[in-house]
Amino acid sequence: YNGTCLAKKGEGARAVPLAGHVGFDSMPDQLVNKSVNHGFCFNILCVGETGLGKSTLMDTLFNTKFEGEPTQHNQPGVQLKSNTYELQESNVRLKLTVVNTVGFGDQINKEDSYKSIVEFIDTQFEAYLQEELKIKRTLHSYHDTRIHACLYFIAPTGHSLKSLDLVTMKKLDSKVNIIPIIAKSDAISKSELTKFKIKITSELVSNGVQIYQFPTDDETVAEINSTMNGHLPFAVVGSTEEVKIGNKMVKARQYPWGTVQVENENHCDFVKLREMLIRVNMEDLREQTHTRHYELYRRCKLEEMGFKDTDPDCKPFSLQETYEAKRNEFMGDLQKKEEEMRQMFVQRVKEKEAELKEAEKELHEKFDRLKKLHQDEKKKLEDKKKSLDDELNGFKQKKTAAELLQSQAQQAGGSTTLKRDKERKK
Amino acid sequence: MQRNLEGYVGFANLPNQVYRKSVKRGFEFTLMVVGESGLGKSTLINSLFLTDLYSKDYPGPSLRIKKTVQVEQSKVLVKEGGVQLTLTIVDTPGFGDAVDNSNCWQPVINYIDSKCEDFLNAESRVNRRLMPDNRVHCCLYFIAPSGHGLKPLDIEFMKRLHDKVNVIPLIAKADTLTPEECQLFKKQIMKEIQEHKIQIYEFPDTEDDEDSKLIRKIKERMPLAVVGSNVVIEVNGKKVRGRQYPWGVAEVENGEHCDFTVLRNMLIRTHMQDLKDVTNNVHYENYRSRKLAAVTCNGGVDTSKTKNQMTRSPLAQMEEERREHVMKMKKMETEMEQVFEMKVKEKKQKLKDSEAELERRHEQMKKNLEAQYKELEEKKRHHDEEKSNWEAQQRILEQQKLDASKTMEKNKKKGKIF
Repeated sequence: YNGTCLAKKGEGARAVPLAGHVGFDSMPDQLVNKSVNHGFCFNILCVGETGLGKSTLMDTLFNTKFEGEPTQHNQPGVQLKSNTYELQESNVRLKLTVVNTVGFGDQINKEDSYKSIVEFIDTQFEAYLQEELKIKRTLHSYHDTRIHACLYFIAPTGHSLKSLDLVTMKKLDSKVNIIPIIAKSDAISKSELTKFKIKITSELVSNGVQIYQFPTDDETVAEINSTMNGHLPFAVVGSTEEVKIGNKMVKARQYPWGTVQVENENHCDFVKLREMLIRVNMEDLREQTHTRHYELYRRCKLEEMGFKDTDPDCKPFSLQETYEAKRNEFMGDLQKKEEEMRQMFVQRVKEKEAELKEAEKELHEKFDRLKKLHQDEKKKLEDKKKSLDDELNGFKQKKTAAELLQSQAQQAGGSTTLKRDKERKK
Repeated sequence: MQRNLEGYVGFANLPNQVYRKSVKRGFEFTLMVVGESGLGKSTLINSLFLTDLYSKDYPGPSLRIKKTVQVEQSKVLVKEGGVQLTLTIVDTPGFGDAVDNSNCWQPVINYIDSKCEDFLNAESRVNRRLMPDNRVHCCLYFIAPSGHGLKPLDIEFMKRLHDKVNVIPLIAKADTLTPEECQLFKKQIMKEIQEHKIQIYEFPDTEDDEDSKLIRKIKERMPLAVVGSNVVIEVNGKKVRGRQYPWGVAEVENGEHCDFTVLRNMLIRTHMQDLKDVTNNVHYENYRSRKLAAVTCNGGVDTSKTKNQMTRSPLAQMEEERREHVMKMKKMETEMEQVFEMKVKEKKQKLKDSEAELERRHEQMKKNLEAQYKELEEKKRHHDEEKSNWEAQQRILEQQKLDASKTMEKNKKKGKIF
C-alpha cells in the first residue's frame, strides 16, 4: 500500500536533527520497487461519436495495434466495450484497459446516451466498494477496474460543442477525470482551431463542467502542468501509418497538399496529450480517481443506505456501533413487518367472523319469521276448526230439534198421514 | 496478453511519478520497543536513528520508573535527502520489571489493537479524509543476553503478539557474549521459537538473485545480536560509535562485533516499506475481519455459514438475511392463509348445514299444517254435503207438510175432513 492515508505532517512531532546518514531516504525507492514488482494498472474510457478516430488514437498513443473492427453506425444503444492489455516498457508492467463507447451519438434520440456510460462507471465503483466492505478482503491483489481517465472526443466542427457533448460531460464530471480532446483536428485550420478552443473552453465554463486540471501543487511539475492546462482541449490527430520524412519514418497522415505529422507539435497536440496523460500525470489521475471520485461515490452510497458518522448527539460512531445500529434498525424493520402481517391476519379473521356471525343471525331471523308465519297459519287453522266445530254443533242441534218436532208432528197427525198414505197406496 | 511496444510510449515514467508523489506526501513509521529495563533499548534507538530521541529532556523507558506497565509514545520528525519521516517510537516502561509479570503483555496488546481500531473507524467513516496511520509497524523485542535460552516471559510475549504485529527479536547488549556463546544462544533461541510455533517477521521472497543472497545471509544471523551506543569514540583515527572497555572498543557498526548494521539496513534501508505493507495487508486485515465477523456473524457458531459470510460485506450479509426473512414470511403467510381458508370453509359448511336443517323442519311443519287443512276441508265438505242434503230433505218435508195442510184445508172446506 502506498499510503491511502494522507498524514498531517509532523502532527504533534518534534523535529530532531540527525547526526549522520540513517538511510530512510531510501523509502521512496523502497516504495517504487514494490509498486514496480506489483505492476501498475490504468483504465481509459473513450467517449465520442462513431468515426472520430478513438481506436486509432489509442493505437497511436500506446504504439500498438489494439484489436477490434471499426464499428458501424447502426447500434441500437450505447454499449461499452472494454479490452485489457498487458504492456511492458523497460521494467514497468502496465495492465491497460481501454473502454470504448460503441454507438455513442448514433441514435436519433440521444437522451439516454450518457446513461450507459454513467452506469458503467458506477458499476466499477460499486465493485470496488463491495470488495472494500467485505469481511475478508483482498484489496492488495484486487484488479482495479475504475476508470482513471475519460478522453472525451469532440467532433471537429470548428464551431462549438454539441448539446450532447455538454449534457454528457456534465453528467460525467463528478464521476471521472475528463480530458476533452478535439478529434481529427487535421480538418481544422490553425486560426479556426484557436477560436474553436476558446469557444469550447468558455462553453465548458459557462455550463459548469469540471474538466481535469493537471496538478500544479508539486513544484517539479507545476510549471509544465499549468502551461498545458492552457492548451486544453488538445487538438489531436491519430495515425498508425508511417511516412518517410527526411530519413526517418514518422507516424503521419498523407494528403495531396502535405503530410500531417502526428508527433510534430506544430501540427497537433498529440505529443502534449501523451506527455500529460502518460508521462507526467498518470499517477495523479489514478490518485484523483481514488481519493476524489470514488470517495464521492462511496459517501453518497453509504448515506443512501442510512449510514452516518455521528449519532443524533453529534458524538462520533465507532464502526461497531454503526453496524450494530444498522443491524438493530434492520431487525426492527423485519420484526415490524412480521407484526404487521400478523395483525392483518387477525383483522381478517375478525372481519370474517363478524361476517359469518351476521349471516348466522340473518338465518335465524329468517327462520324466526317463518316460525311466526307458521304460528299465525296454525292459529287461523285452529280458528277455522273451531268455527267448523261450532257449525257442526249448531247443525246437530238444529237437526235434533227438527227431528224432535217432526216426530211430535208425526205422532199427532200420524194417523192422518197414515190414512192418506194408505189411500194413496190404494 | 503481453504486447511489445514499438517506440517509446512513456509509462515507464510511472515509477518516477510515484516517487515524486511519495516524497511530497512524506512517510510515517511506528516502531515499538519492548523489553525489561536496562537492556539498552533507548541507546539502540538513538543509535539506529543517529539522534537523541531519548535524552535528558526525554528520558528513555528504563529511566521512567513505573509501577505498572505503561505504553507511551514519542513522535519525532526527521528529514534526510529531501525525504521527511514522521517516526513514532512506542516504548513500554515497566515491562517485565515487576515481581509478578503475568499479563504484562496486555497493555501492549491493547495499544496495538486500539491503533488498529482507530484506523478501522477512520477507514469506515462515511466522510473520510486524512487517515493518519498510527498502527504499529514493527515490534523490536529485546532478549536479555543470558546465553541460555528464552525466558518464559519472552516466549509468552512473542506467542501472544506474533499474529498482531511484526515481531523482530533482538539479543540485547550482545557485547557481553563471545561469538561462540552468541552463536549457540542464537541457535537455541531459534530452536525454541520454532518449537513454540512463534512467527517472527519474515523477509519476503524476491526474484532478484542478489537480494535473495543478502536475505539468506540475514536469516542465518537471526535473531540479531545488537549493541548500541550514544558515545562516539576515536578508533584508528576514525570516529565511531562504540563502547569503551579497558580491553578494547566494541564498535556498534562493525559487522564482526555485532549485527547492528544488519538490523539498521534491514529495518530502515531495505525493509521499512515491507514492514508497513505486512502490517497493512496481514495484521490489520486479520484484526479487521475478526472485528467485523464479531459484529455481523454474532460470534459465528455455525462455521460453515460463517465461512460464506466472510466473503461478503456486512451489508451484503444483512441483505441476505433480509431475503431469507422475506421467504420465511411468505411461507408463514401461505400457511396462515391456508389455515384461514380452512376455518372459513368449516364455518360456512356449518352454517349451510344449519340452514338445511331449519329448512327441513320448516318444510315438515308446513306439510303438517297442509295436511290438517286438507282434513279440515274434507270435514267441512262432508258436513256441507250432509247439511245441504238434510236441508233439501227438510225442504221437501216442509213442502209436503205445506201441501198436506193445503189439501187439508181444501178438504176441510169441502167438508171432507171433520
